[in-house]
Amino acid sequence: MKVLVPVKRVIDYNVKVRVKPDQTGVDLANVKMSMNPFDEISVEEAVRMKEAGTATEVVIVSIGPKQAQETIRTALAMGGDRGILINTDETVEPLAVAKILAKVIADESPDLVLLGKQAIDDDSNQTGQMLAALLDWPQGTFAYKIEKDGDALTVTREVDGGLQTVKLATPAIVTVDLRLNEPRYASLPNIMKAKKKPIDEKAPGDYGVDISPRLSVVKVTEPPVREAGEKVEDVATLVSKLKSAGAI
Amino acid sequence: MAVLVIAEHDNASLNDATHKVVTAAAKFGGDVDILVAGEGAGDVAAAAAKVSGVRKVVHADGASVAKQLAEAMEALVVPMMSGYDAVFIPATTTGKNMAPRIAAKLDVMQLSDITDVIDTDTFERPIYAGNAILTVKSSDAKKVITVRGTAFEAAGEEGSASVETAEVPAGPFKSEFVSEQMVKSDRPELAGAKRVVSGGRALGSKEEFDRLIVPLADKLEAAVGASRAAVDAGYAPNDYQVGQTGKIVAPELYVAVGISGAIQHLAGMKDSKIIVAINKDEEAPIFQIADYGLVADLFNAVPELTGLIGKD
Ligand SMILES: Cc1cc2nc3c(=O)[nH]c(=O)nc-3n(C[C@H](O)[C@H](O)[C@H](O)COP(=O)(O)OP(=O)(O)OC[C@H]3O[C@@H](n4cnc5c(N)ncnc54)[C@H](O)[C@@H]3O)c2cc1C
Ligand SMILES: Nc1ncnc2c1ncn2[C@@H]1O[C@H](COP(=O)(O)O)[C@@H](O)[C@H]1O
Repeated sequence: MKVLVPVKRVIDYNVKVRVKPDQTGVDLANVKMSMNPFDEISVEEAVRMKEAGTATEVVIVSIGPKQAQETIRTALAMGGDRGILINTDETVEPLAVAKILAKVIADESPDLVLLGKQAIDDDSNQTGQMLAALLDWPQGTFAYKIEKDGDALTVTREVDGGLQTVKLATPAIVTVDLRLNEPRYASLPNIMKAKKKPIDEKAPGDYGVDISPRLSVVKVTEPPVREAGEKVEDVATLVSKLKSAGAI
Repeated sequence: MAVLVIAEHDNASLNDATHKVVTAAAKFGGDVDILVAGEGAGDVAAAAAKVSGVRKVVHADGASVAKQLAEAMEALVVPMMSGYDAVFIPATTTGKNMAPRIAAKLDVMQLSDITDVIDTDTFERPIYAGNAILTVKSSDAKKVITVRGTAFEAAGEEGSASVETAEVPAGPFKSEFVSEQMVKSDRPELAGAKRVVSGGRALGSKEEFDRLIVPLADKLEAAVGASRAAVDAGYAPNDYQVGQTGKIVAPELYVAVGISGAIQHLAGMKDSKIIVAINKDEEAPIFQIADYGLVADLFNAVPELTGLIGKD
């Protein structure tokens, strides 16, 4: 089984985001960038499939600026085999990402595409489902467990209220949730080895995909700030405060 | 103008998330119809017909949409969209699963998790775990939107819409429902609860979580929530997770017990009306947004609190 893993370079999840004073966006100058945390989980899953002998090759793809190379390298250091960078400095919306990925998939013919359930910058939670629609492939979103079952995949999904299991014909799209696995840290030797793994470089134009945005930013603002309230001395005080506030 | 709202339900009852989406759809404007897709969901269709402000209910009943899987919902909804300017879908796991599939087929860029409708092209939504609010304008002719329930009031139940039936898609589809394990509970549902008590890593075990958090929630008639750390450690089921990547809640009262207040957790609860934090570390970030902070060891404070509630 050949596995394709799209990874996105995003602001590190530990960074406190600051809105720009001119309200055009958030300040990304000199902030730490990392692989989208969900994508670390999908890379880990693909690598484990390879280690278990179910996956034959793990191909990492990223659409983004030149620096997204580093994100691909990180995935290669975790165990990916090779990378494809589709280089652009434009903001690429999930629909356009899905269209580019559909073309990559036409070239690569993977049996499984593993994406993150959501990118923690735009919080869209769309790309995998859109890709599945464009390809007319089945989808298993928010995966908690993925098992190979002959030519099919059994995917257990985290849903409101519990877990749901679906069976997908392959090729298929799966998006991963937090509890699928715990991603490894790449070891130093593997980081060194990853430097020699091939990364192909392309541009959106090579795939003939129109990436012009459908959405335009009117403004980006700070959320209303919530002021810290008061510290209460003891439980009894807490209860009486809650009573007078009408909360209990 | 006309808007299609896709009902959230379990084939037996209409989920309140639907009422909230109807409010958002009404703000968009035009006629509002509700699609009830399910199997044996007649009661749901009848309940949907009572939601205030609804023109009609479209009821599609059959095995292929019993679980509203995305592949079948795409086949059902995409052809219907010739009659609508927008489709509004609850930002639940069912809704998030199907919506982008419908959007891609319509060649439309979806607007996820909107918190306000400014006009028919312009919407507000949180990004970066709610650390920034984006006002965004769509140039697509049709809109595909998922709606954050906590941002809208529920529509009332004074309606009397007509119910018409629609064929379900025949299939077969390349995905198939196998089974589900749902957490059974008599408590209020987390996403719509008026009060929530959440426990964090500090509880230390499932036993302690059940011994301390659950009775407090019982006393408050509250839903139970948890931080990701508590869920990952197995103290609470997955769908109790509150946060950026879990449930978004905005109850009247949110009690955070032994939770540090990471931004990903705050993203899911900072719109609660009153926030109480119990944490032994007075520097814990949760105190920066708490209305009432109690610096204490939860193992003493929680039983005492449970004991005092309801006493006069
Ligand atoms: C991509 C991504 C998505 C995430 N999504 C979510 C999400 O949706 N929801 C979420 O919650 N997290 C999420 N997280 C995780 C988040 O970053 C934090 O790791 C998590 O919220 C921490 O949980 P916690 O507060 O229970 O644990 P900790 O941060 O370990 O906090 C425990 C707290 O308990 C206090 N404490 C310890 N002992 C006691 C005691 N005896 N009495 C009182 N207080 C005590 C400590 O002072 C501490 O403040 C996400 C992370 C990533 C990377
Ligand atoms: N620019 C990108 N390059 C590669 N993969 C991406 C990109 N944008 C999104 N993805 C993938 O799609 C997932 C969901 O992103 P989103 O739909 O933006 O929330 C991510 O976790 C990635 O796996």
